[in-house]
Amino acid sequence: MDWLQIFNLTIGTLIDPITMAYILCAVGLSVHFGFTGLLNFGQAAFAAVGAYGMAIGVLTLKLPLLGAMGFGLLCVVMFALVLGIPTLRLRADYLAIVTIAAAEVFRYLMSTVGLSEVTGGSNGLSQFGYEFFTWNPIPQGTYVLGTLQFSANDLWLRIFAISLVIISATLVWLMMRSPWGRVLKGIREDEDAVRSLGKNVFSYKLQSLIIGGLFAGIGGQVFILAMSNVQPSAWVTNFTFTIWTVLLLGGAATIRGPIAGGLVFFVLLILTNEILAGLLNIGLLPFLTLPQIGQIRFVLIGLALMLLVIFRPQGMFGNKKEMRFNG
Amino acid sequence: MTEGVDLNQLRTLRTLRFGLILAALAVFFTALVGVTPANAATASVGTTFHSEDTVAEITVGGTVKNDGKGVEGVKLHVTGPGFDETATTDADGKWSLVVPTKAKYTVAIDLKSLPKGVGLRDPNVTERIADVSVTEKAAVLFPLGKDQRVVQSFSDQLIIRIFAGVNLGLLLAVASIGISLIFGTTGLSNFAHGEMLTFGALVGWLSAVVFGLPLIVAGLISVLATASLGWLQNRVVWRPLRNRRTGVNQMMIVSIGLGIVIRYLLLLAFDGNTKVLSGEYEAVVLGPINTTVTSLWSMILAAVTLIGVALFLTRTRLGKATRAVSDNAPLAAATGIDVERIITIVWVVAGALTGMAGLLYGLQFQASWLTGAQILLLLFAAVTLGGLGTSLGAAVGAMIIGLVVELSSIVLPVDLKYAAALIILILVLLFRPQGVLGKKQRIG
Repeated sequence: MDWLQIFNLTIGTLIDPITMAYILCAVGLSVHFGFTGLLNFGQAAFAAVGAYGMAIGVLTLKLPLLGAMGFGLLCVVMFALVLGIPTLRLRADYLAIVTIAAAEVFRYLMSTVGLSEVTGGSNGLSQFGYEFFTWNPIPQGTYVLGTLQFSANDLWLRIFAISLVIISATLVWLMMRSPWGRVLKGIREDEDAVRSLGKNVFSYKLQSLIIGGLFAGIGGQVFILAMSNVQPSAWVTNFTFTIWTVLLLGGAATIRGPIAGGLVFFVLLILTNEILAGLLNIGLLPFLTLPQIGQIRFVLIGLALMLLVIFRPQGMFGNKKEMRFNG
Repeated sequence: MTEGVDLNQLRTLRTLRFGLILAALAVFFTALVGVTPANAATASVGTTFHSEDTVAEITVGGTVKNDGKGVEGVKLHVTGPGFDETATTDADGKWSLVVPTKAKYTVAIDLKSLPKGVGLRDPNVTERIADVSVTEKAAVLFPLGKDQRVVQSFSDQLIIRIFAGVNLGLLLAVASIGISLIFGTTGLSNFAHGEMLTFGALVGWLSAVVFGLPLIVAGLISVLATASLGWLQNRVVWRPLRNRRTGVNQMMIVSIGLGIVIRYLLLLAFDGNTKVLSGEYEAVVLGPINTTVTSLWSMILAAVTLIGVALFLTRTRLGKATRAVSDNAPLAAATGIDVERIITIVWVVAGALTGMAGLLYGLQFQASWLTGAQILLLLFAAVTLGGLGTSLGAAVGAMIIGLVVELSSIVLPVDLKYAAALIILILVLLFRPQGVLGKKQRIG
């Protein structure tokens, strides 16, 4: 086994923009589920709406990238309103089914041939990110971090993504220690009690859905800037449930939960992958092939999700008292 | 609400810990910015989680030509393991699609998208196989010529769609009764239910195609296997969780995890290729409807099963006990019904029914490791539409969903037919959350 390569991959994962995109989505989900108790199973759609909004803003509406990002986030707000106004009055498990169904409907709409002039159909869209790299303040060249090497653009993308994670976490931290955040937590603990205090529970839930959705939208935009394309197949329900695993791993009702959860999750994924591949190379796993190792990772993700919810629903850092599934 | 005296202390501590994490990130961040430029060229770090998708682009494509000229705007529907997309030809008649995995894909040409008077040179071949299991590219050609088709009238089309809708509805009904019974008796929205359907289809394929057993024996084996799977997951996962008094929403997320685990274990065991279950493909023509012996038998079998389940639930002691547990478990227990025994029976019956549905689905539409996951939401739509927890309501809901899916393709593009069913699901939840047959008090 090549330990140096494993070490490199691990460090690379810790600052990877894709990791950061998942973390941003998980930060949004922590607002939804961790702090407000909303069972949102359609986080992939919030990310996808933000991402497609940005890509379509650049390519079809010919907006400058910053405007397109804003347009994407506006789309997220609209999506949250359309989804939230009718459904937030429903029972928690109904909300779960509606959000997952809405996410799938959005994905079907993005891949249908009739709309492919705008959405690119199943091939998706690309070449929307040129302007992003013109913002790059870092001089061209190759940069070395320990044993890793980055181009100026790689570095810029990573700095951008990590900054967004730090800003988002700070914002959520500020929001959740405000009176507004305490009302959200109150809704999670006992909706009727909050209602009896004269608070409009529905309005608070809607605000939570919008704000959490916006973080996911930003996450989706980082995701497609890093992938340099946006395809409907990326936003399947597995995307949502990976975010759930990340969040529950770190601790849903905490600020550092999504960040720590994301970093640990992806490092564990890399380590299991490399260790299994290493075992395969020295002939200890005779029944497996290399692509199958990638599939084993998903078995482990599912297993992690099950075991976390059963044995440690509060995650690595959470407080068990703060963990409610409204069940 | 139970936070007490040490609240302030706790908060300071948390703020402190959060500050530390921020500081650590900040240090990391500055370290990153402060790195020195160098010019050595080595491999840079790529995106790691998605690296398997970006190895090499695998494409399926081709050219649609008539009289040597490309035909624009022809739609081609490509399906394969976990893949279902549609491509349209450009001005030169060329089309291509990037596909996710190396496998065999089925390419179907949409006859409606052909220009007037143009048809396939061989009208019987509307589907061809694109094999990219070894190579990265495969081309599929559909030679065109003079249209030899008989144009279908609207009423014929309607009859055909209704027939297909009833067929799909019956399959969904058999599969969704299990979800409904489980929800009714245990409160669990089982997201791992689709995997039982996949399991039934794949075990059927294994017995019938790989081991060459007669179809009836293979069917019995797959029904027994899924019934055992139902029993096993209740025993190993769900009963212990009920004993721990785990909340229903928590169990729902556990079922999602279990679904992912089973799905990828099936992928490991059966690989990603679409499995063709060989049935009796002898054509049967009923008026405008072209169907096969297999489809007719499948519909009859599904209908008989549904009637059997209905009689079981309404006429037998066990069935009545099941409905009693569904209505009010503590009350049922107080009248002497062994609730855990009923729940075990429900899991076994649900497994058997779902496995049968999977086998029938596989016989008619083929099956892969993703089949169950792909129709899971349709099953939820059926159950919700009929009224959560009312088992016969699920059958009614399934028939409606089946018809909606098939009839929607008269007005909507084919690739949106599942979306139509899901929109119906959302609308029902908004306006009549108790479903068509449900009672209002069930929605809490």
